[in-house]
Amino acid sequence: MSTSKFGEYGGQYVPEALMPAIEELEDAYERYVLDNEDGFMDEFRRRLRDFGGRPTPLQHAEQLSERYDAEVYLKREDLLHGGAHKLNNALGQVLLAKYMGKDRIVAETGAGQHGTATAMAAAHLGMPCEVYMGERDINRQRPNVFRMRLNGAAVNTVTVGRGTLKEAINETMRDWATNVEDTHYVIGSVVGPHPFPVMVRDFQAVISEEAREQVRERAGRPPDSVLACAGGGSNTMGAFHGFVGDEDVELYAVEAGGSSLEVDEEEGVAPNSASLSTGDEGVLHGARTKLLQDSNGQIMESHSVSSGLDYAGVGPELAHLVDEERVTPVTVDDDRALEAFHRLSQEEGIIPALETAHAFGFAHENPEQLGDVTVINVSGRGDKDLESVIEESAKRDLSAAPDMDVFDGGAGL
Amino acid sequence: MSRIGEAFADGPAFVPYLAVGDPDYESSTAYVEALAHGGADVIELGLPFSEPVAEGPTIQGAVTRALDAGMTPGKYFEFVEELDVDVPLVCMTYYNLIYQFTTDDDERKGPRPFVERAAEAGIEGFVVPDLPAEEADPLREACDDHGLDLVFIVAPTTEGERLERIMDRVSGYVYVQARLGVTGARDDVSDRTDDALGRLEDWDVSEQGPEARRTESNGVPKAVGFGIKTGKHAERIVEGGADGVIVGSALVDIVAEGHREGRPAEAVAADLEAKARELKEGAASGYAQRVPEPEHT
Repeated sequence: MSTSKFGEYGGQYVPEALMPAIEELEDAYERYVLDNEDGFMDEFRRRLRDFGGRPTPLQHAEQLSERYDAEVYLKREDLLHGGAHKLNNALGQVLLAKYMGKDRIVAETGAGQHGTATAMAAAHLGMPCEVYMGERDINRQRPNVFRMRLNGAAVNTVTVGRGTLKEAINETMRDWATNVEDTHYVIGSVVGPHPFPVMVRDFQAVISEEAREQVRERAGRPPDSVLACAGGGSNTMGAFHGFVGDEDVELYAVEAGGSSLEVDEEEGVAPNSASLSTGDEGVLHGARTKLLQDSNGQIMESHSVSSGLDYAGVGPELAHLVDEERVTPVTVDDDRALEAFHRLSQEEGIIPALETAHAFGFAHENPEQLGDVTVINVSGRGDKDLESVIEESAKRDLSAAPDMDVFDGGAGL
Repeated sequence: MSRIGEAFADGPAFVPYLAVGDPDYESSTAYVEALAHGGADVIELGLPFSEPVAEGPTIQGAVTRALDAGMTPGKYFEFVEELDVDVPLVCMTYYNLIYQFTTDDDERKGPRPFVERAAEAGIEGFVVPDLPAEEADPLREACDDHGLDLVFIVAPTTEGERLERIMDRVSGYVYVQARLGVTGARDDVSDRTDDALGRLEDWDVSEQGPEARRTESNGVPKAVGFGIKTGKHAERIVEGGADGVIVGSALVDIVAEGHREGRPAEAVAADLEAKARELKEGAASGYAQRVPEPEHT
C-alpha cells in the first residue's frame, strides 16, 4: 500500500460512494505508475515526447541573469504542447483511465489550462470528456473555453458560489459520485484524496527530473534555488520533487498575495490565495491540508488576478514540506505579478501565464535570495491571459506595462 | 440500546432531514418541530458547510440560505438546545466543521470539543458524508466516550471488506444510499436500493470479529435515503426490507418554495407536517404489507 499521508496532511475525506473508485485508482497507480505494469510508464513517456514535445528546454535567461546578478535558468514548460505544464498530468491520468478500462473523463478547471490539457489528452486518446468550469472563470478565460470545445470536450458552467475553481471541483466530485463506475476524474493538481496528490506529483515530476540533469549540464553544479508559483501546487511539486532530497537547494513556493493578505471574516473573503503562507489546517476536497477558512471552518472565497492560483486549498504534500521547513512559502500580490508579466515579456521575449508571473515577481523583489544559480519554472505561457492583462493593466499605473492608450476610443489591436 | 436504536424498535422509522437555519433561525425551529408533530422518529439536523460535495441542488440551496442568514456551529448548538421535540437528533455535517470546532476550555483541533458540545446540547448521533471509515476512528472514539452514535453511509458501490469496515464502526443506524450521485428528490425508486438491502441482509454477524457492533440480534437498523419523495416511495422501500426511510430534499423543497413565494412560516410548517405524515404512513403501510419472514429454527 502506498502511504496516504504526509505527516498529518493528506488522507481520504470523500463520500463513501467514491471510496471503491479511489481504492481501484490506488491499485492502478501502484501497478501501472509505480511498477510500470504492461509498460504503462514507457507508453506515457513516449506519448509525452511525441505528442507533448518533451523534454522541454532549460534556457539561460541572459537579461534576467544580468539584472539579478545570478545565473537565471528558465524551465520552459510553456513550450509543452498546450502551453503549460498541465499536459504532463492530464496525459498521464487519461492514459491511466484507459488502462483501467474507464470510458469517460471528467475534469475541473480554473484558468482553463488543466481543462484544455485534459481535452487535448482525451481527444488524443479517444476518450469522451466533460469539463466543469466556474462561470466567472469562463468569462475570464474565453479562449481556453473555445479550445476545449475545439478538442471535442463538453464545457459545463458552474454557477454556484463565486464560480471559480473551488465550486468547479465540488461539481466535478458530484458528477464523479454519480457516474463513478465508468468515469475517471482527472483532478488537475496535487490536491484531493490519496492517491491523487502522489500520482499527480509523479506525473509532474518529469519537470524536475529533466531540470536537475539540465542544470548540471549547463551550470556544472546544482542550483542554489528553485522558484515556482503555487496555487494547488502541481507545477510546484513537479519542479521541486527531484530537488527535495538536495538539501542545499532552496525551494520557494510563490503564492498569490492577491490584493491583500488580510481576511474579511464577516464577508467570508480572503482576497488572496496564500494558503501555505496564511492558511491553517483543515479538511477540503478529500484531504487534510492548509486552507483559507474562517474561525468556524467555512471555506473562504479566495482571490487572485490569476485564476489558476485562485484556490482556498493547496496540495497536502506542500503543506507538509512547509511545516518541515523544506519549502519556503512566499507571496507576490496582483500588482507585482502584473509588473513581472510585462517585464518578462519585454526583457526575455516570453509572455508568461499570470500564474507563472508570480514566481518572477518574487525573483525581482528578492534577487539576493536566488543565490548564484537559480531555476525558475515557467509553468505556462500567457496567451490565455491577454484579455485579463489588458483589463487589469488599464486599471493600474504599472511601470513595466506598454502604453495602454492605444485601446482608448475603440481602437483595435 | 441508544435512543436512536430504540426509535427503530417499534416498526419502521421515519427520519427526516432539514438544514438548520434555512431560511432563518425562527422559521427553522418551527419546521423541525412540525416534522416531530408529523411523526418523525429521528431527525437529522444539517449543520451547513460551505462546500457540500455530497448534496444536489436542493440541499445546496438550503445550505446557502442558512449560511446567508448567519448560521454558525455556535448558533446551531443553541438551536438544538432550544428545540421543543422529544425525538433523538442526529447532526449531519461535513468533517471540517467538526475538526475546526474549539471552545475556550478546549482549543485542540480534532473532533472532541465538537462532540462534547454536541452531546451537551442534546445531539445523540452524527452522520458525516465526507468521512469514510478509513478516517473515522478519532470521531468514533470521541462518540464512544460521550455515548453518541455514529451513522455511516453504505453506498451502492460498497461491498466486501469495505462493508465490513463500516459495519465494525457503525452505530445507531446504517444509512443505505439508494442510488449513486448526490441527494435530491426523484420520481422513481432505484432498483439499486434492493441490491443494497440484500447485501446488508447477507452480512452475517457471526462471521465478524469481536469489534463488531452488531450485538443486537436484529443488527443495526437499515434506513434508506437518497431520492425518496412520496409516501408511495417510503411504502415500497419499507416493503423491500428497510427499517426506516430518510427524506431530505423532498422536505427542503417545501421550505424553498415557501421562501420563494414569501409564505408565512406557519403555513410552510403545516405543509411539512402533512408531508411528514404522508411519509410516515407510507412507511407503516409498507411494513404491514411485508411478507412475514419464516421463523428461524
